[in-house]
Amino acid sequence: MRYLRAEREPDSLPARTLFRDEAKFAAGKIAAFQYLIVAVFVFLALGYWDLQVLNEEFYSEKAQQNQIKSLPILAPRGKILDRDGRVIVDNHESYRLILSRENLRPAHLRPIALGLNLDPGELEAKVRRYSKQPTYFAIPLKEELSLDELAFVEAFLGPSGFPELELIKSQYRIYPKGGLAAHLVGYVGEISDSELNSPDWAHHNPGDIIGKTGVERYYNEHLTGVDGQRQVRVDNRMNTREVLGIKEAVPGRDLRLTIDLDLQVVAELAMENRRGAVVALDPRSGEVLALVSHPSFDPNRFSSRITAREYASLVQDPYRPLFNRALQAQLAPGSTFKPIMALAALESGAIDDDFTVHCSGGATWYGRFFKCHRRGGHGTVNLKTAIAQSCDVFFYAVGNRLGIDTIAHYAELMGLGNRTGIDLPGEKEGVVPSTRWKIRTQREKWYAGETISVAIGQGALTVTPLQLAHAIGGLAMGGVFMRPHVVRPEKPEPPVRKADFNPDNVRKVVDGMCAVVNGWGTASASRIPGIEMCGKTGTAQLASNDLLRLKNSSDWHDNAWFVGFAPPENPEIVVAVLWENGEHGDMAAPIARDVIKAHFDKKQRMERLGRQPASLASAWLQPPDPARSAR
Amino acid sequence: MAAYRSIRNLDWVLLLVAVAIAGLGILQIYSATIDTAWRSAWWKQAVFLASGLLLMWITSRIDYHTLLGQAPVLYAASLALLVLTPLVGSLVWGSRRWIPVGFGFKFQPSEFVKLVLVLLIARYLAELKSDRLEGRDLWKLGLLVGIPCGLVAAQPDLGTALTYASIAVAGVFFGGIRWQHALLLGAAVIVLMPAGWFVLKDYQKARLETFLDPMKDPTGKGYQVIQSKIAVGAGGIWGRGVARGSQTQLRFLPVAHTDFIISAFAEEHGFVGILVVFGLYFLLLMQIVQNAQAAPDRAGMFICMGVCSLLLFHLLVNAGMAVGRMPVTGIPLPLMSYGGSSMLSVFMMLGLVNSVRLRRFAA
Repeated sequence: MRYLRAEREPDSLPARTLFRDEAKFAAGKIAAFQYLIVAVFVFLALGYWDLQVLNEEFYSEKAQQNQIKSLPILAPRGKILDRDGRVIVDNHESYRLILSRENLRPAHLRPIALGLNLDPGELEAKVRRYSKQPTYFAIPLKEELSLDELAFVEAFLGPSGFPELELIKSQYRIYPKGGLAAHLVGYVGEISDSELNSPDWAHHNPGDIIGKTGVERYYNEHLTGVDGQRQVRVDNRMNTREVLGIKEAVPGRDLRLTIDLDLQVVAELAMENRRGAVVALDPRSGEVLALVSHPSFDPNRFSSRITAREYASLVQDPYRPLFNRALQAQLAPGSTFKPIMALAALESGAIDDDFTVHCSGGATWYGRFFKCHRRGGHGTVNLKTAIAQSCDVFFYAVGNRLGIDTIAHYAELMGLGNRTGIDLPGEKEGVVPSTRWKIRTQREKWYAGETISVAIGQGALTVTPLQLAHAIGGLAMGGVFMRPHVVRPEKPEPPVRKADFNPDNVRKVVDGMCAVVNGWGTASASRIPGIEMCGKTGTAQLASNDLLRLKNSSDWHDNAWFVGFAPPENPEIVVAVLWENGEHGDMAAPIARDVIKAHFDKKQRMERLGRQPASLASAWLQPPDPARSAR
Repeated sequence: MAAYRSIRNLDWVLLLVAVAIAGLGILQIYSATIDTAWRSAWWKQAVFLASGLLLMWITSRIDYHTLLGQAPVLYAASLALLVLTPLVGSLVWGSRRWIPVGFGFKFQPSEFVKLVLVLLIARYLAELKSDRLEGRDLWKLGLLVGIPCGLVAAQPDLGTALTYASIAVAGVFFGGIRWQHALLLGAAVIVLMPAGWFVLKDYQKARLETFLDPMKDPTGKGYQVIQSKIAVGAGGIWGRGVARGSQTQLRFLPVAHTDFIISAFAEEHGFVGILVVFGLYFLLLMQIVQNAQAAPDRAGMFICMGVCSLLLFHLLVNAGMAVGRMPVTGIPLPLMSYGGSSMLSVFMMLGLVNSVRLRRFAA
């Protein structure tokens, strides 16, 4: 209140004079303060000088980088067609969600993961994996967003949301339903870390979608298009303000397979839910007409949405649905090896036409008794009967005469023990045992007794279903072996091997195989009226280490094989069938019969109609689903 | 007596400079908020400017001795408001600093507390009638300023708390602190700094860390500073032109109309524009200093220098933070940043300065 008083009493001069005089007491400090003000302004001005005058270019470029973005326009992959041009694998359009690392706020990861039904830990690990990449590499978060996921994203793209989320229109694969031809066409997926580090995928970037198996992988380059780019001006929420330029995507090229979808369907149906494989080839050209492996899987699950758990359950399934048995199952061929033995014996001169063996249900070789599959024996058998009735004793004798290295020579001539060179990834080569092979792999000499087992397609001998079809097809062609392929090569290929077999010898073996089906042979139940199908059954014991692995009682059963072709001369089709634990080869024969019959039925109908008949396959092909694409 | 307190005797240079700065601010607010939810901010700011001028005139009419006399009452009221703020305040960006007052306006008490602290410190120091501050004076002043500091820091608004401290520091400097005490206080601050680290909130720590190394987390905590520096640097010497700065217009620059308005201005008007603005601020501060020198008594001098050092501190921290030379704090640039409370409180301070000026020939 003193101040008021001072104001109201103008005559109390001494006090007021004191105050006025004292106002100057800090004059020095005020002067010092003025220097401080100057110093602050100099300090600030230098800061702005540094950025605006000395480093203008640097920051202008940064500002430019902020606003100009190149957004990818993803190129659709080529379609996969069958030999008649029917679409096996198609595309549909949907949205993929990517996480822009330039705008990433770590705190947002968890809510984003929860909103998209992702595992937050997995997402964080994914973000860490990318930490070495430049920040403009975005992280693909999720493919083929479902409607509620899309709703979540659209709700949070706005001002108060997650600036790191970006939606991109993208193309997705549609594979046939029910796992039809799944092993053949394979599936696509995001490139993995290990693939990124391998030279095969040197030109790929994280997040790329690549073919993982099958045709998708082998013909990845052909099917993959060239992604385009859209240069846009964006704001801080990545909203496009202006499109500066567009480089259109170049779609991948379509790929026509040699597969006949009708035969593929027949083969799949004939296999029902048995485990095994079917390979149908045109031995004249090596074209693969059908290629089936069961059990199968749904590649649509892989195209994007497969979860780690789902993948693990496929990998850990004891029946290994991801395993392509047609190219990768290496199993003893059993009696289906006998035609190869027979031709080897005739060609090498080990036996002549008059050679017979008396079968009494077994014989002793090198101190061990080898029995025939028919307990009572076949009596005295010649070559034709021995093939037709699959007499083991006859082939024990033949094998003993040939010796292991001659057997190996002819087996390899037929294409066993080596990859056939099919244009699919992961093919296995099987084993053709020989004295050299045994020394190399086991450092032991070959025992003659082992030859006896190999003579009937047992022992160390293993083949894949594809090799068997290739070998028997080439044999039936008189020794002309074509490389199997699912895509017709640009130029017709010469045979991979040409063996100058004596046509008489070939005819004798083929006669025996005809008798298997059409005479009194082991597969006479699978005869097709009007079509002369030749073939050979096989019943192969499992290798002992396989026995240890399997627990189910039915898994102990022998594998059933059948390889058949038609017509006997210059065959159009050869089919190899493997039915794991199918017990006996004559059980596998009807599957091959169905495929071969379907082939000739279709041919007849085409001749009659003069056009492509209605397809069996339509039930398996997914039309582009409007509910999934029309968003 | 009435003659020299007429409107002609107001500090017109000070007034024109302040209006010029505020005008540039309104222009920049307009440019930074085109096509955004804030697009009406520029005319609101113009209303605040007009109200500010009115308040300034009213304040200048009141004898500052009257206000000094009421300082304890005002101080008590301030503390009450600051206690009230967290209870009824609205939560914006994680802190409660505003009290809604209707019509969509929010009132930020901590801005007006600055004014009260300027008066309180001026009164305390003027009443000493001594050229030297004793230890107990420092304790008392520390306590008087420390309480509102703590209340504001708890909102949490560390930046504003520091501005209060700046008034006190300037006060004791002009009041005549002993150099021994100054050394002791300086040493205490250095010793207590590490301890203070544990008191800071996580985001405050992050801001300090970011200040030391912005690239540590360029998309998160370092984002503001990096984008601000890009905006300033991209402006170059001549600037990009009004409403043509990409950092500002495409919203890469955060809060371009409030805390980072100087960055937006620097982007669109360049170094030349910055020199103009700095020149205006320099004039403003020097004009206040001049009024302090001409003040009729100590109290008047303390008021003017309190206002001056407060504005200088604001300018240093805000404009320094935009170029990465100061840590990020949410304190506005006086007269330019969008915000009614800040605008009104600054004009009331200028009103105080004018009140001192009008009474310089009181004898």
